[in-house]
Amino acid sequence: MNKRMKPTGMQKALIRRETISAYLFLLPALIFFVGFVIVPMVMCLVTSFFNYSMTEFAFVGFSNYVEMFQDEIFIKALQNTILIVVVAVPVVTVFSLWVSSVIYKMNGAVCSFFRCIFYLPVVTGTVAVTVVWKWMFNKYTGLFNYVLGETGIIDSDISWLGDERTAIWCIILILLTTSVGQPVVLYVSALGNVDESLIEAAQVDGATSRQVFWKIKWPQIMPTTLYILVITTINSFQCYALIQLLTSGGPNHSTETIMYYIYYQAFKLYRYGYGNAMGVILAIIIAVFSAVQFKVAGRNND
Amino acid sequence: MRKIKVTPYKILAGVILAVLAVFFLFPLYWILTGSVKTAAVINDAVPQWFPMSPTMDNYERLFDNPALLWLFNSVAMAVLSMILTCVTAAMAGYALAKKRFIGRTILFSIFICAMALPKQVILIPLLREMSFLHLHDTMWAVILPTVGWPFGVFLMKQFSENIPGELLEAARIDGAGEARTFTEIALPIIKPGIGALAIFTFINCWNDYFLQLIMLNSRTKLTISLGIAKLQAEMSTDFGLIMAGAALAAVPIITIFLLFQKYFTRGITMGAVKG
Repeated sequence: MNKRMKPTGMQKALIRRETISAYLFLLPALIFFVGFVIVPMVMCLVTSFFNYSMTEFAFVGFSNYVEMFQDEIFIKALQNTILIVVVAVPVVTVFSLWVSSVIYKMNGAVCSFFRCIFYLPVVTGTVAVTVVWKWMFNKYTGLFNYVLGETGIIDSDISWLGDERTAIWCIILILLTTSVGQPVVLYVSALGNVDESLIEAAQVDGATSRQVFWKIKWPQIMPTTLYILVITTINSFQCYALIQLLTSGGPNHSTETIMYYIYYQAFKLYRYGYGNAMGVILAIIIAVFSAVQFKVAGRNND
Repeated sequence: MRKIKVTPYKILAGVILAVLAVFFLFPLYWILTGSVKTAAVINDAVPQWFPMSPTMDNYERLFDNPALLWLFNSVAMAVLSMILTCVTAAMAGYALAKKRFIGRTILFSIFICAMALPKQVILIPLLREMSFLHLHDTMWAVILPTVGWPFGVFLMKQFSENIPGELLEAARIDGAGEARTFTEIALPIIKPGIGALAIFTFINCWNDYFLQLIMLNSRTKLTISLGIAKLQAEMSTDFGLIMAGAALAAVPIITIFLLFQKYFTRGITMGAVKG
């Protein structure tokens, strides 16, 4: 299989033939990929150094980047985004791991029933899910104020989405319900793949179920955990639709996220260059977060 | 058979799980029942847990808008994205997995890196590009970037690793050309993978609200997600109408999900296997 020896003329011709046919197979995908992913990525990076709007296009060096860190709303948006990520990522991971470890041993139909239920908000779609939550959070006709009022937990109706203290937590709650679906599916399958004979051997040796979990299952599902951490981080950083549909970043920028602010700058104020510079920073932050997760998880794995 | 012990922890876990299940199902229940409640019931501070006097009024008002056209747009867009993604990704994944060619490692690394980047960051340049190509406000502005996203290639590469090299070798010795080897040997083996990718792409495209929002403007070009968002923006407290829209958006996609659930689960898990 592995031909690492010096290629002869025949082999060279073979490699050339393979290369040509491989690229013919790759061509359609490459056209779409280069045209609609790579080109915009490069444009994003390049135009972040320009004062770029509907009418202007002038090189300004790093001034978009400098402006960003003097922009109070951007700083606020950055703080909110990081709050969302720091809360959502651990909660989603722990929650889905717990749910999965309870359901994965149940019989097939029950397990897929629960898996479906947790996946349902993802399939239903952000918009449909969000509008119903908006109604439930409504101050006058919403369920939350009614239920909490009836049970005596709150005395007066709360404007959940209109109050700086509660709005971002409402958004995080909805984000959680739409984020656990995929991790649950992944964990159920990962836990199902854990080598059963190892577990039995450990039980024979008198290991407690806690020891079985941490010493045997946890290391084996580590790659899955890592993948879940990374995708949940990316998704949480990109939280946009919830904000746009529920609060538009308000009240008083208390739910402003970077993604929403980019949208606002680019599509309401037409400041494309500035928006792209923020996009570049967002991409860098996500890359750093992912790298840290790989490092930490990799160390635990040894 | 091992006997199953009932411990207090297991009972507690069961109860919590049941509560969570209700919590996750409830929004859908509230959409469906809300869509058939009268305005008076909806605007009452005391909620009616079950619609006592169901009405079709909300749906009638919903269809005063081009809601069916929006639904059609969503379906057309998702189906076209799905077909294009499956064809291009199956070919590319096969080549990446089974051919030894110059530039293979680099190309695969680029695909992986691009996948780790946030998709939404490139939306601004993408919009400019679509305007430049005169595709803005057409469904192609949504379809083309969806097809370009490298996840499909990655997934199909994972599935194509299962094609036995000897089979391909045998076909070549029998004188089958490249195209025939692909369609007759490789395709049948990676078929389940294509099924997974198809349903995955369909649901993702259907739900990619942000991309649709930026690319589509005219009222007749909207998707069902955009349509509901628009209704919500225009009449924010007419919850009956909005729930009817949400139901129209949710029911088809949930039905598709339930029908093809098996493929879908496989797609999600295969995509996560380390590559």
